[in-house]
Parts: sequence; structure tokens; C-alpha cells
Amino acid sequence: MPKQIRIGTGAGYSGDRIVPAVKLAEFGDLDYLVFECLAERTIALAQQRKLSDPSKGYDPLLEKRMRKILGPCAENKTRIITNMGAANPEAAYAKVVELIEEMDLAHQKVGLVTGDDILEYLEAEDFPLSKGREKILANRDKIISANAYLGAEPIIRLLKEKADIIITGRSCDSSLFLAPMMFGFEMKEDEIERIGKGIAVAHLMECGAQVTGGYFADPGYKDVSGLADLGFPIAEVNVNGDAVITKLSDSGGEVSLRTVKEQLLYEVHDPANYITADGIADFTKIRLEEIGKNRVKVSGGGGKTQPNELKVSIGFNNGFIGEAQISYGGEGAEKRAKLAAQILMERLRILNLKFEGLRFDFIGAGSLWPGGSPSHIPKEIRLRVVGRTKTRHDAEGLCNEVEALYTNGPAGGGGVSRKVKENIAIVSSFIPREKVIPQTKTLEVENGSG
Amino acid sequence: MGLVKLRKIAHARSGDKGDILNISLIPYDEKDYTILKENVTAHRVKEHFGDLLKGEVKRYDLDNIKAFNFVLYDALSGGVTQSLRLDKHGKTLSFLLLDMEVEI
Repeated sequence: MPKQIRIGTGAGYSGDRIVPAVKLAEFGDLDYLVFECLAERTIALAQQRKLSDPSKGYDPLLEKRMRKILGPCAENKTRIITNMGAANPEAAYAKVVELIEEMDLAHQKVGLVTGDDILEYLEAEDFPLSKGREKILANRDKIISANAYLGAEPIIRLLKEKADIIITGRSCDSSLFLAPMMFGFEMKEDEIERIGKGIAVAHLMECGAQVTGGYFADPGYKDVSGLADLGFPIAEVNVNGDAVITKLSDSGGEVSLRTVKEQLLYEVHDPANYITADGIADFTKIRLEEIGKNRVKVSGGGGKTQPNELKVSIGFNNGFIGEAQISYGGEGAEKRAKLAAQILMERLRILNLKFEGLRFDFIGAGSLWPGGSPSHIPKEIRLRVVGRTKTRHDAEGLCNEVEALYTNGPAGGGGVSRKVKENIAIVSSFIPREKVIPQTKTLEVENGSG
Repeated sequence: MGLVKLRKIAHARSGDKGDILNISLIPYDEKDYTILKENVTAHRVKEHFGDLLKGEVKRYDLDNIKAFNFVLYDALSGGVTQSLRLDKHGKTLSFLLLDMEVEI
């Protein structure tokens, strides 16, 4: 058993920067590089792409990322774990196999986790869910996707089978990072304390640069250097579960008590009960210590046993959203923007466009929160109009009316932007753990000259 | 001494899950943890957010790392998938909290 394992984060969301991941693959001396690429709505969006092309529906950047990192990871014996499979892990797996062959890399074993897509099962069993079932049933004809958040177990299974690259669909974000710790240190599922600590470390890592100085800088208060070249995090995890969060020394950013504290509480509700598929972590027992430049030690912590239910995320079609903006400048900008809003309200009524929600914002004068408007009179205002509609027609109508302000609205309106998009709603629910059966498979890719 | 904006003595980060917003509040100097504990109550945060916030506020204290976690319910007009707000995640709202004044 190793004394320490080194895990890096290669992406904290699907569109994340790629170069920091390549640097970690090349110079991070990593055992594992983990790419966490699924937000709440990502799978529902990916499912729509899969419906229009069955070979798609995985992360749009999968190929671009893999082309850059497969080589250095194979060379440095760094194993890759990612949920870039999104709505189509099978197709992502096939794509990675194809790339390994094309790039003529040395022997690589690719592993696949499926079983998170439970839509067919839910439909067949009349949605055996514990939360919001009535609402889900009432909208069942609009459902796009239903995915359970799988835990670390199927990933550990593949690590035991010596997979070098592991592709999943929906997994708990933390499970992607916890799996290599549990595998590397042979943790059992009932080792609550080490698992709780592992979840805390995973949680710190899963948003990439958010622990190394991203989403943090506030000039004059929290200055961070090298933000255009932020290093992604590395966790050096010890067998007892303690870890050091750090980054490559020549990269930009900061790993300090203050960045780690902010990220420890990111998207957390009750810090004594942070619930994941693999266990419930207690962040109120964690100790943080800055032990060197850009090195923070995480120790203590603990938790409770894994919950009996898994989270399920269900995506629904929910009409359209139309949004358009126009700017007014100079003296009287705010008055002209307000006049424009009045004209629009009247126009939308005359045209009998139907909105399930309609909102006007004056960007630069309190659009983010009421009372957020500046004490001086703004010299420029951007009017934003956004509406949720049942039909694309009505959403387009809103945008047309904003654009028509060019010739029909107040003086000096400029810079119109407009967009209409399909709107996807997500409902979260829970399902008994035993109803979800993760499946795995592997494929060895041997290249002749590799 | 007197009234100061929280931003002078603390930093904060917002996160969202569905329609629930959480904001951490962390004093730059751990000695200020007690001042924040006395002054920045859940009730005051609820008042400070006004109409923006439909639900309640719960404060969790982390004595171990000298930080607070505020959980704001029904805070995001339906959350990231439904809200028509410009900032659907509520990411900017950490700075609304930091705009609060406390007596020290």
C-alpha cells in the first residue's frame, strides 16, 4: 500500500481551462488526474444532443482534453477519472478508445461506469421516488433525463481491474476523488472517519481553481497574483486521511487558509452533515493549517455512514427563455432606459405575448440586488428584458420588440443583444440505494508500435 | 471603533443548490470571530437581504476554522435552472452580505 497518493484536479466544470490540466499531467507527479465536468443541468442538455445524434451527448470538450492529456498521463502513469461521459458514457468510452488507437499510445485500459441513467427504470416502476413524486408524475411527458448520483464503488471496481482511464456519467462529484483514496488505501465502506476526511478533501478539490485562488480575488483586500495562469489543485493524501492541498510552484494563484476556508464551505448547508453517496462528512471537526507557501494541511474531520438513498436529478423541458438587452448612454440614460421599459411592457401586451415570468433589469442601477444602485447618476444603463414562455414564438417576440427599439424607442439606444433558448428545469429527488445498479466494463487497447 | 462594513474585516463566498443559497463569512483576523458571532445574526442577515429573500436564514458556526455558514432558503427565484435574474446562481450576493455594517 502506498504511504501517500497524489491527486490533481484537471477540470472543475465542463468548460474549464485545459492548459492547467496539461501542466498537472506533465509536472504534477500525479497518481490520479480527475476531471469533474457535470453541473446540475449538464446531463439534461447533453441528453438533448444525444437525441439529435446518438454518437454525441458526452462532454463537448472530451476529445480536445483527451488529445492533450492522454499522452503525458500514459507516460507518467497517471490514471484519469472523469464524469465527461455525461448523458452518453458509452460513446465517450468508444471515443477515448478510438483516440488511444489513433494516437498510438502504449497499452492503456479504459473503464466505463454506467447505470446512473435510470429513466427507463423509473418509467417502468412508476417513479419510486421519495421527494416531489407528485410534481414529477404531473410533468412526466416533459421528462428529458433522470440520473442517479453514483458513489465511489463502481470506480473502485475499475481501479482494481487496473483501468488507466475511467469514464462515468453522473457520479457524486466527491466520489470521483474519494474512489482513488479508498482504493489506494484499501478503505472499507464502514471506515467512517477516513471516508469523512476523504470527502472533505474531495470537496476541496472538485471545483478546481476555486481552492487555488479562483473565485476569490478582491483587489485591495484579497490580492492574488497570476490569475491568468492559475494552477489547478493537487491533494497529497496520506494513509490516515490527512492531506495537503497545494499546486505547482510555478503556477499562479494562492493556496492559503483563506482560500481553503472559502472552498470548504462552498455549496454547503449543514457543515456537520455534508451528504454524499459515500458517507456524510462532518466539516466542523476539520483542522486547517498553513504549513508552507501554497500548502495547507487538512486534518481531523470525520462523518457518518452512507445514506440509504441516492440523489436523483430529473431534467424537464420547461418552455423557452427569451432575453434581449439594449444600452443607453450619457445624461438621462436612466430615464431613457425606463421609458424603453415602459414602451416594451405596452408592446408585449398589445402583441398578446404570454409570459410565465417576465423581468426588467437596469444593469448598472440595481440589477443584482435592490438598493444596489449607485449613489451617483449613472452615465450608462443597459436594459435587460427576460421572459419565460411556453412557445418559441413568444420568446422571439420579446427579442424582436427590444430590437425594434432601435428605430421606435427612445433616443440613442444601441448595442442590442438577443437570444432564445430552450429552458430545462431540474427536480431533485431520492431513490433507495439498492434500486440503482452500477455497471462497469473495461477494454484493453494494445497498439503495435506504442 | 464604530460602524464598519463587513468587507473591511471579513471575506465571503456564495454557493447555490437549487433555490438555496449559502454564503460563508470568514474574518480575516480570527480574533474578529467573536465580534461577527455577536453581530451578524441570522435575523440581521434576513433583514439585510430584504425582498430578495423569500425564506429563512440559518447560521452555522464553525468554531474549528473560525468561520460561519449562512444558509438562505428560497433565495434565488427558483434557482439556477428557473430564475430570470441576471445572476441566477447568486454568486454576486456574497458582496451584498459584505456590504452590511457592524458595530465594533
